[in-house]
Amino acid sequence: MNFLQNLGRSTINKVTAVGASSIMLFGALFAFPIWKNVRLTIQQMYVVGVQSLLIIMVSGLFIGMVMALQGYTILVNYGAEGSLGPMVALSILRELGPVVTALLFAGRAGSALTAEIGLMKATEQLSSLEMMAVDPLRRVISPRFWAGVISMPMLALIFSAIGILGGHLVGVDWLGVDAGSYWSIMQATVEWEKDVVNGVIKSIVFALVVVWIALYKGYSCIPTSEGISKATTETVVFSSLSILGLDFILTALMFGIS
Amino acid sequence: MSKPIIQIENMQFSRGDRVIYEDISLNVETGKLTAIMGPSGIGKTTLLKLIGAQLTPSSGSVLFQGTNVHTISRTKLYELRRKMSMLFQSGALFTNMSVYDNVAFPLREHTELDEDIIRTIVLLKLEAVGLRGAAELQPSELSGGMARRAALARAIALDPELIMYDEPFAGQDPISMGVLVKLIKALSKALNLTSIVVTHDVTEVLSIADYVYILANKRIIGQGTPAEIKQSDSELVQQFLQGTADGPVPFHFPAQNIADSFLGTAK
Ligand SMILES: Nc1ncnc2c1ncn2[C@@H]1O[C@H](COP(=O)(O)OP(=O)(O)O)[C@@H](O)[C@H]1O
Ligand SMILES: [Mg+2]
Repeated sequence: MNFLQNLGRSTINKVTAVGASSIMLFGALFAFPIWKNVRLTIQQMYVVGVQSLLIIMVSGLFIGMVMALQGYTILVNYGAEGSLGPMVALSILRELGPVVTALLFAGRAGSALTAEIGLMKATEQLSSLEMMAVDPLRRVISPRFWAGVISMPMLALIFSAIGILGGHLVGVDWLGVDAGSYWSIMQATVEWEKDVVNGVIKSIVFALVVVWIALYKGYSCIPTSEGISKATTETVVFSSLSILGLDFILTALMFGIS
Repeated sequence: MSKPIIQIENMQFSRGDRVIYEDISLNVETGKLTAIMGPSGIGKTTLLKLIGAQLTPSSGSVLFQGTNVHTISRTKLYELRRKMSMLFQSGALFTNMSVYDNVAFPLREHTELDEDIIRTIVLLKLEAVGLRGAAELQPSELSGGMARRAALARAIALDPELIMYDEPFAGQDPISMGVLVKLIKALSKALNLTSIVVTHDVTEVLSIADYVYILANKRIIGQGTPAEIKQSDSELVQQFLQGTADGPVPFHFPAQNIADSFLGTAK
């Protein structure tokens, strides 16, 4: 009986949370076309986007270099080291770019968003906006939401570009793969729609999910120090799991059935 | 006498299973300074949020200038809220902007005024609370009392008709406390504001209030002018005024019998 009660209660709580977070999402989505918000969104793009740039670039460089190193040691056995370019480019554009960027973004910007909103709630800043007849969904949540959704695909593209250069650095400059074949076979193999566009689509989906989770966790947190710390952890955990799960589904849809 | 600005009628409110208010009715007269006193955790902040319609009562009504704040549309509510203003316990200054921008915030949000005029208004409001010199400071650089005064300047930026103070004196040193008492009184007289001051600092508030309500045990246990309250023969009211630890308002949070909890004889 107790078990059933608990099951029922936790189901109701989950459904309520889904409902509440959807209401928040719609509030944020439809608040966009207001002119004042464009300025706020650009400010937030600086915070969530530009300030994540360094970690994204450094990670992209190293992942590209590691891919080239690993790829070379395998391909060279078959005398196929000329295919290093497409191997690095495809794995980064299709998978590593969107996924690693999203994971890093969740850790770097997502957690910061949750903590910021949670603290604004704990220090009554959100209530205070309400009482000043300013909708916090419009004023606080919406600009952060759009800033995240716009920034992340751009970060993922930068990550991929730098990753491919990192592959060049190791493959061509260090291990001596022919530069011409690195670029020309890559150019011949990588397809704009299939590889680049699909990577960007993945990245947009991840961005929506990560930013939504981060903002909702902050907005709905229990306004105490423990509450905020729990919400921040949950943002990183839930976002990471959703990214990996969604990546599988999206990959299956985009590349699985052909 | 004109109509009360706030009329609360038979309001009940619960948080989950816990009843906060059983049945509350009170009036706040226009232009007067009304104090609402009660021990911590009794639901004073909750009461202010109910008046501002951030929370909805389970039954009963709250009228602001004759309009029920809980049944009107969101747009109407936002219009009403421009006439009321709330000073939060923590001040709730926006931490990402300077004191100047905090005070300018409601003006920039709700009016189309030029920056020049906004500047004049902001500096006047800051002058009124004695913080014109602190305009360019960040909220983190202010002391507790200064932060509350800056928040007060922001609260009066749009010249509201009603201002609600949530524990304005809590945690202040005697000098800041004196400054705040004087300010609240001066503002309500000079701007002809209606003020609601929620507090548990008995002496300060009795010195400035026109009318006092005392909350305890989920209802109003006493009301009247400060003189009437001091004369009250209610044991509850006297316990609160004199700060006796135990009395009709129990010292202990409701619990099972102590012997039962230690000996494990309770079920
Ligand atoms: N967000 C909340 N969720 C659940 N309970 C709350 C919340 N806020 C306040 N409470 C509870 O409601 C009661 C009244 O709170 P409050 O109005 O802040 O009291 P006061 O301001 O008189 O100290 C407290 O016991 C508090 O624990
Ligand atoms: Mg309180």
